[in-house]
Amino acid sequence: MLLVPCPNCGPRNSSDLRHIGESTKRPDPNTATPEEWRTYLYLRDNVADWNTETWYCARGCRRYFKVERNTATNEFRNPPMPGNKLGGKA
Amino acid sequence: MGLFSMNRESDGSSSRPPRYSAGGLLKRGLTGESWPRVWRDVPLKKSYDVIIIGGGVHGLATAYYLATNHGITNVAVVDKAYLGSGGSGRNTAIVRSNYLTPEGVAFYDRSLELYNSMTEDLNINVMFSERGHLTLAHSDSALRTMHWRAEVNKLQNIDSSVIDPQQVKEIVPSLDISPDAHHPIMGALYHPPGGIIRHDAVVWGYARGADHHGVEMHQKTEVLDILCEGGEGPDGKGAGGKVTGVRTNRGDISAPIVVNCTAGWASLISDMAGVRLPITTQPLQAAVTEPTKVFLPAVVVSGSLHVYVSQTDRGELVFGAAVDPFTNYNVRGSLDFTEGLAGHILELMPGVSRMRLLRQWAGLCDMTPDYSPVMGFTPVEGFLVDVGWGTYGFKAGPVSGEQMAECIATQATPKLIEAFPLSRFESGELVGEKGAAAVGH
Repeated sequence: MLLVPCPNCGPRNSSDLRHIGESTKRPDPNTATPEEWRTYLYLRDNVADWNTETWYCARGCRRYFKVERNTATNEFRNPPMPGNKLGGKA
Repeated sequence: MGLFSMNRESDGSSSRPPRYSAGGLLKRGLTGESWPRVWRDVPLKKSYDVIIIGGGVHGLATAYYLATNHGITNVAVVDKAYLGSGGSGRNTAIVRSNYLTPEGVAFYDRSLELYNSMTEDLNINVMFSERGHLTLAHSDSALRTMHWRAEVNKLQNIDSSVIDPQQVKEIVPSLDISPDAHHPIMGALYHPPGGIIRHDAVVWGYARGADHHGVEMHQKTEVLDILCEGGEGPDGKGAGGKVTGVRTNRGDISAPIVVNCTAGWASLISDMAGVRLPITTQPLQAAVTEPTKVFLPAVVVSGSLHVYVSQTDRGELVFGAAVDPFTNYNVRGSLDFTEGLAGHILELMPGVSRMRLLRQWAGLCDMTPDYSPVMGFTPVEGFLVDVGWGTYGFKAGPVSGEQMAECIATQATPKLIEAFPLSRFESGELVGEKGAAAVGH
């Protein structure tokens, strides 16, 4: 059980949301080299510490947002920020 | 058979402790004499030929086969906790080889072969129970995947076939096969060579075997950093660099080869060498009930219902589930899991409604994008990985050890693991094994 702070719906059980994963910066598809593109697609820091990640409020407001969570303790800190599916700003 | 194995072991090694036997058990039962330590507790040396990080099935098997198949014995296995404290002691002990990709099938079949002869090879009873493995299909599309898997399996001589609900009922009478069920059973992939095995005995067997050949096991030895030189990153780490050793909480150790066998913690260890991995860590939860009389003769898996279940020799039902739907390093169980599990298992077997859960736990899975492992060399010379096992790690333990040992000894990638290099995430040649996942992820 994990209560995820949605900026629009307030705290909701994680089963109401979809975890998109750690926020990464999407390179420009027109100029990215294959290596940059695959780094973006596959490689992850996967830290056991504080981490900024993207969630999708699937059964609530249906919006993406970014939030800081500690992957070792599952605590959240700082208010969530709007985000988009690709991990950047809304 | 016992006599043959006695002879086979007479290779002149003087430090070999007595073999386990019925005679020895009887003698100690009568005299009360204590058993010798299973592996030595020796001081940490300053240098080794190979350091293996992670004392689970993969790390210990690698050490064992390095010593037995290749004569490389100046090896240390280091673990931050005790041997088998991670996924090796937390999995649900199921083994099978009915995978979806030809690469996967060949690989896991070799593992099953090694598991089959393990009791003899390691002289420890691993209690392998080859009881058959059923993967239930609850939809047309699932049934289609089962047919696909069965055909791939048959091509490679794996005993695997699709059976209808009546045949399922004959094998496991306690299953509800009525067509009115919310998720009706439409058929199953039946894999008779699959089964369960005692995972702790596998860990201890490899540790004991490796120890006999001179490998050192160092528990409570946490790796704090990996020492590199010549790389493009800070402190000489990263691509183009070379491993020189590891820094532990008990001091620095030098070695030209360092192997990462740390499953859920793989990203953190690889990061110490400046190698990024395509891995996310997600816990997988499991639970066990109180013991009852034996009524479940096979391993039953339902992908749609996110559950797999088998009955141990003691009579407990062991359940496993899908990995948790978000990355984290937390191995505490959750109520979400027990609730979901209970509902799903009752849909399959309404008869167990009065059974009580004894315990629940979780283990960390190192998930890759294509559900296949990452094995072999990295851009840092001397730093090898055997990671990305996701939910298949225990099944693959023996063959991974064998292949990684060959990889280290010959400095070339063995054929059986050619499909699983880290570089496939640059070239794009992924090996999609999600279709063979026990449960939907």
